[in-house]
Amino acid sequence: MRLEYFQLIDRIVDLKLADRKIATEATVPTTNTIFEGHFPGFPLMPGVLLIEAMAQTSGWLVVAVNQFERMAFLAAVKDAKFRMFVTPGHKLSVQASLIHEGSGYAITRASILLDGKPICDATLTLRVLDFPNAEMKLRMREAADTSRFSGRGAGQWLSEHAGRLDHRGWNCFVSR
Amino acid sequence: MSSTFDTIANIIAETCDIPRDSIKPESHAINDLGIDSLDFLDIAFAIDKAFGIKLPLEQWTQEVNDGKATTDQYFVLENLSARIDELVAAKGA
Repeated sequence: MRLEYFQLIDRIVDLKLADRKIATEATVPTTNTIFEGHFPGFPLMPGVLLIEAMAQTSGWLVVAVNQFERMAFLAAVKDAKFRMFVTPGHKLSVQASLIHEGSGYAITRASILLDGKPICDATLTLRVLDFPNAEMKLRMREAADTSRFSGRGAGQWLSEHAGRLDHRGWNCFVSR
Repeated sequence: MSSTFDTIANIIAETCDIPRDSIKPESHAINDLGIDSLDFLDIAFAIDKAFGIKLPLEQWTQEVNDGKATTDQYFVLENLSARIDELVAAKGA
């Protein structure tokens, strides 16, 4: 995680477009000013940031399903539950499934696991819109292509495999 | 078997906490019932699931923005019911 840049996801571990599922990894930093206030003497990862991690994971799934032609914006969070404390250094597994693709919106069910145990989960609504400008679209593709998602970049991969995405799983993101 | 309108009205009542008896076929979802676009996403999701369709919200919005349609055509509930019936019929054709 790079909390100062609001990047909650370290890497995409698996993306299966045919199944409409994604898995990402996110390691909570060992130090950050957030933990000085939340809470003094008892650092905890804020629940709102865990929701953001699930939203970013869901967003990558929706953007990928839309072949990087449309952007996802968080619109609603429902049934959010926080089951365990998350503390600095924890390595989290974030998962999301696309449960409905509407016209201009998507619904995902997302969860975070720690050592296989459920930490939190929620149902998220995302608005799916055209990119508001060319720069944002470019930056999103760059983000997928950067070392943060190293290996074969999403933009490159999508260019190579456009049209075949629904017929196979997608596991192009590998460890950095 | 309940009518399309009844199904929609029940969805709206449950989703938006609006008294069921205040929801009429001539009610305009936005102007009369005060449903905003975010709440309408919940309604659309429930309608999509209930009828096994995909409400073309983006197309409708574009038509209204382009002046090719009025909001009454899609958001007055009796008209919305008719549009849903059309979508269901088209799906089964």
